[in-house]
Amino acid sequence: MATMTETKAPAPARRSSERSAVAGGIKRFVFHLVLIIAALVMIYPLLWMLSASFKPIEEIFSDPGLIPSTWEWSNYSEGWNALPHPFEKYIFNSMIIVAGSIVGNLVSCSMAAYAFARLRFPMRGMLFAVMLGTIMLPIHVVIIPQYILFNNLGWVDTFWPLIVPKLLATDAFFVFLMVQFIRGLPRELDEAASIDGCGYWGTYLRIIMPLCMPALATTAIFTFIWTWNDFYSQLIYLRDVDLQTVPLALRLFMDSTGTTNWGALFAMSIVALGPIFGFFLAGQRYLVRGIATTGIK
Amino acid sequence: MSDNDVAVVRPKPRSSGAPPGPPAGAPAPSPDRGRRGIGTTIRSRERWAALSFMSPWLIGLLAITIGPMVASFYLSFTDYSLGYGEWVGMENYQRMLDDPRLEQSVKVTAIYTFVSVPLQLAAALLLAIVLDRGLRGMSFYRSIFYLPSLLGASVAIAIMWRQVFGTEGLVNQLLAMFGIQGEGWVSHPDYALGTLIILHVWTFGSPMIIFLAGLRQIPTMYYEAAKVDGAGPLRRFVNVTLPLLTPIIFFNLVLQIINSFQSFTQAFIVSSGKGGPADSTLFLTLYLYDQGFTQFDMGYASAIAWLLLAIIAIFTALNFLMSKFWVFYGDND
Repeated sequence: MATMTETKAPAPARRSSERSAVAGGIKRFVFHLVLIIAALVMIYPLLWMLSASFKPIEEIFSDPGLIPSTWEWSNYSEGWNALPHPFEKYIFNSMIIVAGSIVGNLVSCSMAAYAFARLRFPMRGMLFAVMLGTIMLPIHVVIIPQYILFNNLGWVDTFWPLIVPKLLATDAFFVFLMVQFIRGLPRELDEAASIDGCGYWGTYLRIIMPLCMPALATTAIFTFIWTWNDFYSQLIYLRDVDLQTVPLALRLFMDSTGTTNWGALFAMSIVALGPIFGFFLAGQRYLVRGIATTGIK
Repeated sequence: MSDNDVAVVRPKPRSSGAPPGPPAGAPAPSPDRGRRGIGTTIRSRERWAALSFMSPWLIGLLAITIGPMVASFYLSFTDYSLGYGEWVGMENYQRMLDDPRLEQSVKVTAIYTFVSVPLQLAAALLLAIVLDRGLRGMSFYRSIFYLPSLLGASVAIAIMWRQVFGTEGLVNQLLAMFGIQGEGWVSHPDYALGTLIILHVWTFGSPMIIFLAGLRQIPTMYYEAAKVDGAGPLRRFVNVTLPLLTPIIFFNLVLQIINSFQSFTQAFIVSSGKGGPADSTLFLTLYLYDQGFTQFDMGYASAIAWLLLAIIAIFTALNFLMSKFWVFYGDND
């Protein structure tokens, strides 16, 4: 897939240069103006929430502007300590789940993808179709028996129900993503490796994985964002106050203080969005490529 | 290029990349017929390797996906509640027929999906076409428009939405500048669902990026040919861009419908987990959660899960059936 995007890159450039020759400067200016206004409307709520996290409470409900009259840094310290645990505890819990999920997805999905893309075995086509089917399967259909299963294993109120499925490659989109990527790699490399005495595991570890870095990066970034954002399964499996994660803590915060302390609630919301925003800035290239390849969000 | 798109839209496992080989499952090729012994060992080594590479996925498939799916189907015919349960036949499904809250949740989910998805895709397509002109700063705009769909699923955004559309929220503050007195949008049964629809439309960034990738893949020669034939920009859009983009539109449509039927977090947060006010944001998924994980009526919740799956399957199938009439896959060479 990546190779395809690269080979076609010249096309839009040529088209655009033709067009810009026709379009005049004024037209371009209007165009940018409209786009900038549209972009501002889109991100205004986000900017406003950022500014509201520094505003005194009465200003949140009266001033739609972006500049706080006084900077209330105390919103952050108040929010940080408003719940049974200080907020770093929830961040730490989220991080454990995120780290386990990333490792799980990288290892298990790439292994399955290598087999699908490169090895011949019975029922490969059928299993591939099943794998694609599981991408579309709603979690709601399997969540109840999964809950019963993990409950019987004594895993409810532990992080295992959130990490073990990732170790078993249940996030099939990533398998698909990597299959697409590996298929784009020249087979001659595998053959050369096999002539040099590399077995399947050697080829996987030394040839395919290093070349798969972009796909692995995409997987890691998406896994981070999805797991960090995930609410549904954490809501179901983590009821213990000591195990609450960032999304659960926010929900607890909202329900417990209600609408009394919006400044502090917004401050913690900004803290929760921060890492995603960071990954977005750092990993944009991989995100865009990942979406364009598989259509995942 | 378009070949690859087709592979994405209509997944044909063996179509792209791999050199033409025998259909999977068929006996392996036999260039090694003469030295069958060696061939068989190599092949069986390959199979064992495949099995070991696949084993985590296979275990996951059986234990985390297929097993629970079968169990869920079975549970939907029982009155299971943590620990005990008996076979009750079709009772759960009959109960659905006169459960007003279920009816309401189906209605809410359907309205949400069939209003928000077309709006979202229209916005995505419009912005993709505008951004495809190769303007300077295009990647900057793309990032800005994409950002909401990255953040949109998070609890923090849902909390923000609750305030923005609250009685004294941002929207009403802005309306007040024009002298308009706004409602408490999220707490009004007529408008609460509307705020969630706006939230969904707001996250049009990811389909937009898929559209952009699709637009990139339309060969320039088509536009050149159309120009030579005297087609203006509008004609070129209607007769070249749109038909060649239909597979991508279809792909986005299928994907977004499936996703939006499963929405949960935003409605849960905005309504404090109740689906209110007056059940106006009671998505099917929320009702399922309520029945399964607060009432622990897991038999009935399983039946609801299968209803959800059936609805999604029917609309996806309808989508595929109707695609024959409007999706253009190019000359099938």
